[in-house]
Amino acid sequence: MSNNNVSYNEQVSLESGVDAAQENSSIPASVSGGLFSADYKKNEDLKEMLESNKDSQKLEAMKRIVGLIAKGKNASELFPAVVKNVASKNIELKKLVYVYLVRYAEEQQDLALLSISTFQRALKDPNQLIRASALRVLSSIRVPIIVPIMMLSIKEASTDLSPYVRKTAAHAIQKLYSLDPDQKEHLIEVIEKLLKDKSTLVAGSVVMAFEEVCPERIDLIHKNYRKLCNLLVDVEEWGQVVIIHMLTRYARTQFVSPWREDAVFDENSEKAFYDSEEERKVEQVKPYIMDPDHRLLLRNTKPLFQSRNTAVVMAVSQLYWHLAPKHELNIITKSLVRLLRSHREVQFIVLQNIATMSIQRKGMFEPFMKSFYVRSTDATHIKILKLEILTNLANEANISTILREFQTYVKSQDKAFAAATIQAIGRCATDISEVTDTCLNGLVLLLSNRDETVVAESVVVIKKLLQTQPSQHSDIIKHMAKLFDNITVSMARASILWLMGEYCEHVPKIAPDVLRKMAKTFTSEEDIVKLQTVNLAAKLYLTNSKQTKLLTQYILNLGKYDQNYDIRDRTRFIRQLIVPNEKSGALSKYARRILMAPKPAPVLQSAFKDRDRFQLGTLSHTLNSQAIGYLELSDWPAVAPDQSVRIVEVVEPVKETGAPVHGKSKPGKSSEKFYSDSEEEEEEEEEGSSSEDSSSSSEESESESESEENSDDSNKSSSSQSDSEKKKKTLKNKKLQQQKPDGKDRKQKNGNAVKGESRSESESASESSSSESSSESGSELDSDSDSDSGTDQKKNTRSKPVQSTLVTKQVEKKEVSLLDLDDFSPAAVPSPKSSILSPSLLSDLQGLSISPTQSALQASSPVFVPETSHELLHRMTGKGLSAQYRFTRQPCIYGNSMVSLQLTLSNSSDQALENIHISEKSSTGQNIHRFNAIERLEPQASVTVSMGVDFNDSTQAANFQLCTKEDEFSVSIQPAVGELLLPITVSEADFSKEQGKLLGMNESSATITMTPENVSSQSVNRKVVSVANLGVIPSSQENIHRFAGKTVSSGCLVLVSVALKDPDAVITINTERTVMGSMLLRQLKTALTNSDP
Amino acid sequence: MIHSLFLINNAGDLFLEKHWKSVISRSVCDYFFEAREKAVEPDNVPPVIRTPHHYLINIYREKIFFVSVIQTEVPPLFVIEFLHRVAETFQDYFGECSETTIKDNVVIVYELLEEMLDNGFPLATESNILKELIRPPTILRSMVNTITGSSNVGETLPTGQLSTIPWRRAGVKYTNNEAYFDVVEEIDAILDKSGTTVFAEIQGVIEACVKLSGMPDLSLSFMNPRLLDDVSFHPCVRYKRWESERVISFIPPDGNFQLMSYHISAQNLVAIPVYVKQNISFFETGSSGRMDITVGPKQTMGKTVECLVVTVHMPKVVLSANLNATQGTYNYDPVTKILVWDIGKLNPQKLPNLKGSLSLQSGAPKPEENPSLNIDLKIQQLAISGLKVNRLDMYGEKYKPFKGVKYVTKAGKFQVRT
Repeated sequence: MSNNNVSYNEQVSLESGVDAAQENSSIPASVSGGLFSADYKKNEDLKEMLESNKDSQKLEAMKRIVGLIAKGKNASELFPAVVKNVASKNIELKKLVYVYLVRYAEEQQDLALLSISTFQRALKDPNQLIRASALRVLSSIRVPIIVPIMMLSIKEASTDLSPYVRKTAAHAIQKLYSLDPDQKEHLIEVIEKLLKDKSTLVAGSVVMAFEEVCPERIDLIHKNYRKLCNLLVDVEEWGQVVIIHMLTRYARTQFVSPWREDAVFDENSEKAFYDSEEERKVEQVKPYIMDPDHRLLLRNTKPLFQSRNTAVVMAVSQLYWHLAPKHELNIITKSLVRLLRSHREVQFIVLQNIATMSIQRKGMFEPFMKSFYVRSTDATHIKILKLEILTNLANEANISTILREFQTYVKSQDKAFAAATIQAIGRCATDISEVTDTCLNGLVLLLSNRDETVVAESVVVIKKLLQTQPSQHSDIIKHMAKLFDNITVSMARASILWLMGEYCEHVPKIAPDVLRKMAKTFTSEEDIVKLQTVNLAAKLYLTNSKQTKLLTQYILNLGKYDQNYDIRDRTRFIRQLIVPNEKSGALSKYARRILMAPKPAPVLQSAFKDRDRFQLGTLSHTLNSQAIGYLELSDWPAVAPDQSVRIVEVVEPVKETGAPVHGKSKPGKSSEKFYSDSEEEEEEEEEGSSSEDSSSSSEESESESESEENSDDSNKSSSSQSDSEKKKKTLKNKKLQQQKPDGKDRKQKNGNAVKGESRSESESASESSSSESSSESGSELDSDSDSDSGTDQKKNTRSKPVQSTLVTKQVEKKEVSLLDLDDFSPAAVPSPKSSILSPSLLSDLQGLSISPTQSALQASSPVFVPETSHELLHRMTGKGLSAQYRFTRQPCIYGNSMVSLQLTLSNSSDQALENIHISEKSSTGQNIHRFNAIERLEPQASVTVSMGVDFNDSTQAANFQLCTKEDEFSVSIQPAVGELLLPITVSEADFSKEQGKLLGMNESSATITMTPENVSSQSVNRKVVSVANLGVIPSSQENIHRFAGKTVSSGCLVLVSVALKDPDAVITINTERTVMGSMLLRQLKTALTNSDP
Repeated sequence: MIHSLFLINNAGDLFLEKHWKSVISRSVCDYFFEAREKAVEPDNVPPVIRTPHHYLINIYREKIFFVSVIQTEVPPLFVIEFLHRVAETFQDYFGECSETTIKDNVVIVYELLEEMLDNGFPLATESNILKELIRPPTILRSMVNTITGSSNVGETLPTGQLSTIPWRRAGVKYTNNEAYFDVVEEIDAILDKSGTTVFAEIQGVIEACVKLSGMPDLSLSFMNPRLLDDVSFHPCVRYKRWESERVISFIPPDGNFQLMSYHISAQNLVAIPVYVKQNISFFETGSSGRMDITVGPKQTMGKTVECLVVTVHMPKVVLSANLNATQGTYNYDPVTKILVWDIGKLNPQKLPNLKGSLSLQSGAPKPEENPSLNIDLKIQQLAISGLKVNRLDMYGEKYKPFKGVKYVTKAGKFQVRT
């Protein structure tokens, strides 16, 4: 051991020598010589002061010395005088001496040893602060000779009674490791011991030590995994970050991928292969069940999304990104967007991570697109990152908004940013084929800009764009040729000349003319332009030698005597190549193939494309290159390693947070664990009975199994009779069901998850109804379009590009489980397939806003969504354009106070309609969210769009203008009072409580005589929910039915109860909105007294 | 994790260095200076700079660059967040975080940095704990210290460090027990040329000043908690209660702290309190331009708009401004090219107007884009989102505290494009 030490001593002293040298070289740089001598004098009196008897003198001296250290000046010659004071009674003096010691001990190792005994004594002090700080300083003195002493003190401190001292010991581990890596084995023992520590104070520090010393020893974590998960919330914020990063790595080695369904999903080829029955078998063999420990991690980190510490939020976000099932990712979005309000530096890092995420999952951030709008006061790198994200988010639906925004940016005074915007426009143009022309035209306009960078950038981007599809754009090339005279930026001129040459066959008339102009000005051009002129001449000579032979000769002659040797060389080379003469030999035969070879188009893509190879939130990700000490995130194992390793046998209650998880064996049976926390226990129980996880959905889940069958059947029947496309869909449906068991087994304790599931009910409802409807064609709506059958219409819409995104979204959406509501829905009115993005898509988007809801008044998904559409515009009045609307009964994604509507536009004329939109001016006061203009609607095609209207809780009709390119049609939407509500779920007790508050004027009631067939509870429920968008409250009394909802705009409660007293029934409505109450009452009365279904 | 810290002022002088592991020569900052030079504006300095052997992560705050040296992989936000915490601690201790105060209190700064990090890993960042370890400087205390020789360094481990509520110290006593809450909302908005809202949202924070004896357990509830779309809390808030009951339940830190911040969903319509009519034009010839700005009230909910300030970042070619303000004063700084028009209170009867001519550098082409206007304003007694505190209850202590809630609305990043 001693041998070892000596060798280290040498090594370190060498190092410190180097350090000292650096020190010396850096000091004169900052301090001039004169000052330095003055310092020296001052130091003299410092020595005297330090040797005085008075503490105040010493303290004063030490303060000045610390001042010197802070300024980076050398105070090492005072070392002997300072070190004497290490045992001082004055605690401030002592601390300052510690500061000094830690700074200079490395340089003065022998003298530093004098102080060691003091620390050893202090390590036994009864005061824990003194013990801790002694250990801190002792371990910070980088003197290799004391390694054994340090090792001993760390071992001792790790068993100290005070958690603070143990925390210090954990820090000391890292220091000792960096001083002497040979101690690793011993240190790992200490780490193992400290990992078992149950104090929240120690957890963060010891995990840090673990990460630094032995990140590969993942086996040490097993036994502590559940404890760490449970303690996490109470660990201090910095420790949280470290633990979360470690657990992310751990989870990737221990659990199987929760993304498996997606993987299967992507493989189209395989999908076509399966027969529906085979698929079923597969599903039975491999249902994905999330390891309960995996779930535990996700659940316990979730509250940390609300942390005030941005590093913690980022850490949890990356954990979810790397570990959570894809459909749970949406929770990340809001928290990250919140971080954008923070400091500039935080924004920078967060935006970088969002940029990477947004490439893979556009949908996550699309609703928050406006948060990425650039402000003129943003720093340039922030602007460029925002631009990057906006470009990533662009799709057919929002491209017009984004381009309008880009238009503002192009004019920015920040030219680097303006240039980046032009590139972004270029990327949008290549990504989204619909706007390529618009973008190109816009860029062409920019050519007349006065700023050089803007022009140059535009030309370059246009050049790239044209390269991808040159044949269609000869007019743009012509236009550029026209502008050529006015463009002065040489780079831009050169680019245009290159374009002319490259595509001279598309512009056979203009290219020679341009060459003629260039011949005139050749001598006064920039070099780069001259080179391209020579190129152009050569290319024209090859393609159109008749017209340009003389011109080319002339230019080559000019080039031959140019001042620049590059141009002379190029000219000579070109002449030999293209002009056939006896010397040129074989090469000139291939001149055409050399010069006119087709060039691959440049790829315009995001700079963040491959950033996801790094773990998000890391330094390596920020730098886009591997930083020292970066720990690779492993891929999911194909088979999960033994789960039993995480079982802890002995349970000792921990003081604050509740005990670690009790021993348990099988996954999926969470009821076996327990938490000391009573709240958690309750939740746990809820999860345990997964089929009835929330009281409201229990009914539905019962019907689940049979509905599955139903949809299965309908799918089968439909696939048998229709084309392959539909077959695919069926398969998808199958997939859905395949995933369903997972959904059940996952223990989703939080409200969101429950919400997600209940939302999926409505989806499935529409799903099944649409598949039903597809089997029986010729519906109410179809009867309008008299010429074609429903299926044809479907095909039309499908094939259109506008629809394509909608369809893909549909695919994405289908990750959630199926449930059906056949109990409630009356014979659904079949609607054409084009309405496919009906409530389901909306609800999916709505899922992006994961506001945790109240327990008392929880918004719920609609019980029943009527399929009836109302006519908005008849095809006769609309000159071929017909429009229908229906209420989707979903919370509107455009505004909380809006009612969401779905508009089906069909073109029954024989001409395509263009630019269908709602005019900007609305005649009534309502606030309307317009749908994005539909650029083109083919004959016999129909498209479904969604819009939102804020009716302000009144049944006043919303009037607006529906416009096409040629015409304007005034239309109006008259909402039924029941559509101005959103359902909520409350407990029965709360219901009565709220009802009690809304008496007197707020109550309206009526007694009616029920027709006998309406008396059953099911029919009452059905009647009420079909009239109004209310939630059904489970009732303990047979004869009273309760329903609850709130108004969309103002959120006022609307409580409806129907009390049956054979043969009468009393309807009572309690709401602050008395007018709405009485209107609703009237409608309910008619609904319940009418006997027809 | 964090190896060293260098503080550098705006002029490029390195005035403080602190190392937590072995000493790293300050020459490493040359890479920073290089980047600083390239960036021109201090705001444009990239937060993460790579050097051959180290990584520099820096923040710019109060005209000081906090440059930290990192040697191995670490979440960059971890460092950034910590550096901001350091700056906030300085602010807390010295009233402001500036080069002068740091130089004046270099010993306390050093002691603080020593306590905040151990071996580069944060040790104590909670201000309550730090203040027990190192007492903030006051004139009285420094006088007493010089006479008695006592120090401003605590001798025992702060109780908070060990407890599960590290943010609160034990044995707090006040004669007047009071708890104040300020609901501060900021409107972030981008308005376009015609005055229509391109983007608007409301961000709010609840700042608390709690001076209560003992261990009070408070719970704060809102009339309309559903307005809150996204929230983040001080660690003291019990998240589970919020999840289940929408009640903010907490044992508060002692003194001033930020209880929570929240976000009102962008889907709610945001009331924009003022409108701006502006006309800025630059002439093709004569190297001059005209400017005419009028500000008026829009949706102020019947309250007065105060502290109205319009800031314009002029294009580089604008040399001077010759304007006439009907209310308030304006000031154009030809170096930074920033025009500030301080209006003060907005009088709906007589709308403030700023009008006049701008003179441009002769010969330079006229600017292509008109500068956008940044609006600053304040409305007392109003939370623009309509958020209302319902009640504040205290448990765990017997006395009756004095409670108060104040609402303020401010403009956040409020920009009018022209």
